[in-house]
Amino acid sequence: MTPNLEEIWVYLSTTPLLGLTLTLLAYQAAFWLYKRAGFHPIANPVLISVAILATLLLLTGTPYQTYFDGAQFVHFLLGPATVALAIPLYAQWPRLKAMAGPLLLALVAGSLTAALSAWGIGALLGASRESLMSLAPKSVTTPIAMGVAERLGGLPSLTAVLVISAGIIGAVAGRSVLHRLHIQDHAVRGFAIGIASHGIGTARAFQVSEQAGAFAALAMGLNGLLTAVSLPWIMPWVERLFAG
Amino acid sequence: MIAALTLLLVFQLVGEVIARGLGLPIPGPVIGMALLFLALLLRGGPSEDVRQTAGQLLQHLSLLFVPAGTGIVLYGDRIAAEWLPLLAALFLSTFLAIAVTALVLSALTRKSRNPASGEIGR
Repeated sequence: MTPNLEEIWVYLSTTPLLGLTLTLLAYQAAFWLYKRAGFHPIANPVLISVAILATLLLLTGTPYQTYFDGAQFVHFLLGPATVALAIPLYAQWPRLKAMAGPLLLALVAGSLTAALSAWGIGALLGASRESLMSLAPKSVTTPIAMGVAERLGGLPSLTAVLVISAGIIGAVAGRSVLHRLHIQDHAVRGFAIGIASHGIGTARAFQVSEQAGAFAALAMGLNGLLTAVSLPWIMPWVERLFAG
Repeated sequence: MIAALTLLLVFQLVGEVIARGLGLPIPGPVIGMALLFLALLLRGGPSEDVRQTAGQLLQHLSLLFVPAGTGIVLYGDRIAAEWLPLLAALFLSTFLAIAVTALVLSALTRKSRNPASGEIGR
């Protein structure tokens, strides 16, 4: 490498420009592939973007923190985007109101299944306690999950990765699970994906239909609220029950 | 678009202040979403500008998860050591949660649906 190129690299690796631009480029490439694949769920744009960026970071030996210093501008937009979910929710309000009772029951069933089955399967297969407590909130939106994991004694940053993995899994494979169960209604499909796969499932649901997206957004919000208040006292109780 | 973004940020800020001020375990943006939803109910719907900006933001919601997801590079060692329980728990639990939610909701709504009018909604 000539000194000149090295200087450019040193400069770029200290500004946020590179991390930000790479994130957008990787996403453009991933979205192009997703479109070429006819929006097939397996070509999930989050999955492909993360694969591209993780490979780049590992190959160039760039620390994650350096990358994140740039990518944080994209990460920040999660806040206003979460607030913006109120708009599709409002659009579906008449139908939501009509289904309020069933939605709440499905929420409790789905939320408990998501947390307890993750803990149980992980515990059966011998995961460490830190990993188990990072797994338990894996179905809710990243900021809530990180807060809950911290309270339970998990690792917040590991939780972020597990949350996003659960999101990608639901977005990629949710359709075939629902197909096998002969669930056609977009409202039901969206709600189920939102419970299990939070924002990434919601993003996928919006690409299918606005109705599916709105129900996914509602499920994500409700599951976030329920998990934030319930898991911090359920998990210690579950642990005591099975420690004996 | 700028006015709409400002509105979203103001609701996020208010949500954040409420969450911290009251020591709630719920993130500020989720409270902001609930408040904006209430405001829309009171006002009778969003303006065209807000509706369009929200639509554009949500259309590429996937992009916003990429930076946090790339954090996977920090956990190579732990994933190598615990890949089986982590992967099994992630896959099975996600499938179970989707199936249980969908079956419960579909069983409950089928009963309440009026057979004469068929589908609720459209």
